[in-house]
Amino acid sequence: MADANPKPLWLLAEVTYRCPLHCAFCYNPTDYVRHTKNELGTEEWISALRQARAMGALQLGISGGEPLLRDDIEELVAEARKLGYYSNLITSGVGLTEKRIAEFKRGGLDHIQLSMHDITKEINNFITDTNTFELKKKVAAMIKGHDYPMVLNVVIHRYNIEHVAEILEMAEAIGADYVELANTQYYGWALINRAQLMPTREQLEKAEEATNRFRAKVGNRMKIYFVVPDYYAERPKACMNGWGSVFMIVTADGTVLPCHSARTLPGLEFPNVRGQPLEWIWNESPAFNKYRGDGWMKEPCRSCPEKTKDFGGCRCQAFLLTGEAENADPVCTLSPHRQVVDRAIEEAKTPAVRAQPIVFRNDGNSRKLAEGARDLVPPSIHGLP
Amino acid sequence: MTSPTPVSRADVFGLSKLLRLQWEEAQGCYVLLYPEGMVKLNGSAGEILRRVDGKQSVDGILGDLRQAFPDAPDMEADVIAMLEAARERGWIERKDG
Repeated sequence: MADANPKPLWLLAEVTYRCPLHCAFCYNPTDYVRHTKNELGTEEWISALRQARAMGALQLGISGGEPLLRDDIEELVAEARKLGYYSNLITSGVGLTEKRIAEFKRGGLDHIQLSMHDITKEINNFITDTNTFELKKKVAAMIKGHDYPMVLNVVIHRYNIEHVAEILEMAEAIGADYVELANTQYYGWALINRAQLMPTREQLEKAEEATNRFRAKVGNRMKIYFVVPDYYAERPKACMNGWGSVFMIVTADGTVLPCHSARTLPGLEFPNVRGQPLEWIWNESPAFNKYRGDGWMKEPCRSCPEKTKDFGGCRCQAFLLTGEAENADPVCTLSPHRQVVDRAIEEAKTPAVRAQPIVFRNDGNSRKLAEGARDLVPPSIHGLP
Repeated sequence: MTSPTPVSRADVFGLSKLLRLQWEEAQGCYVLLYPEGMVKLNGSAGEILRRVDGKQSVDGILGDLRQAFPDAPDMEADVIAMLEAARERGWIERKDG
């Protein structure tokens, strides 16, 4: 149920969009080069952390891009601990050194979430377009060595989905406490590369079976989250638990968003911590109120008994795939647009025919997309993700 | 999964290192924080878990609770049930072997 007086319990700080990796499934905005200059300074971040904490924020994710490209993360972590946040550094591992991790521990960082990509060097290096396979293993050992909970995040796509059992064995061998098998969500770069990344239903079912077998084997020792890809579901995900309900993102240049890809939505102006207090942004700003509650809904959502469970799904997905953010998320089988999702599933069966070359997340491609290069974007998508 | 032995009064538990227990003034309750999640604890669960310190036995926790809440009815069965549930969820672990 929507809370009458919602609090931003989860704060995500996307401190930079610069990144040494070039992952094809990245959800960051495809025009991220627009936001890499003009990053918030340390004092501005500290002010945002204080304001959000006073509003009830409790879980803090420090993410990017690669947050370790900034040299003030130690300071932010220490401030977060003083304020009483439970903080999580979300990293590719590139830039993590003994010196830095010791400083994070001293400052009170609660955990580090490391991204891993595959058991094979080939696929790790291919999908990230970097040579980072060995480095990730070293970083995993470093995290363990400093007695941190080991939280691995593995984004799942067609190239690694058949290795799920081996990926879980690797996670167990390096002492993971939590493993998130996150099936790719199709936003940002991932949406552009959807035809390359999407697994078939059969692959997905096998991966789920392998995960369940592994769960039965390890029991409580290792928690495994299997994030189901919503295209293969019949109902949409309760995106962000509802717009402006518990989740708030402060991005690199200070723009504040209710979800990762909200910037793709037309007709919305997102406020900035440089211009307004966070309290006004969360409670009063038109952007944060636009899709709060259910007053904005059209049919079939408006009269749907499930609207209090899934809030009509994801506004960004509705816009990108149907052209209108107020439409039901087309993943829903009750949506009159479900055929756009079924078509993508159908196309996943014949990737060789459909797929264009992968568009890796890098500055050159981002510049082209920021200038509106439609030839890199599949024609069925409304607007640039 | 192994079937757990019942919690006895001599057992010593500590909080899992994956968790942080914290009083949250804004919500007026204890919260358990862990990677990717949080749980708001009700009053009695908060009072029990904040005494789980890796040193004190279940007996010690019970004594402490009786002192703090002298008017409460006998709470042994409830405390043990709560600790068993917490162990089941991986929130607490045995520290005495």
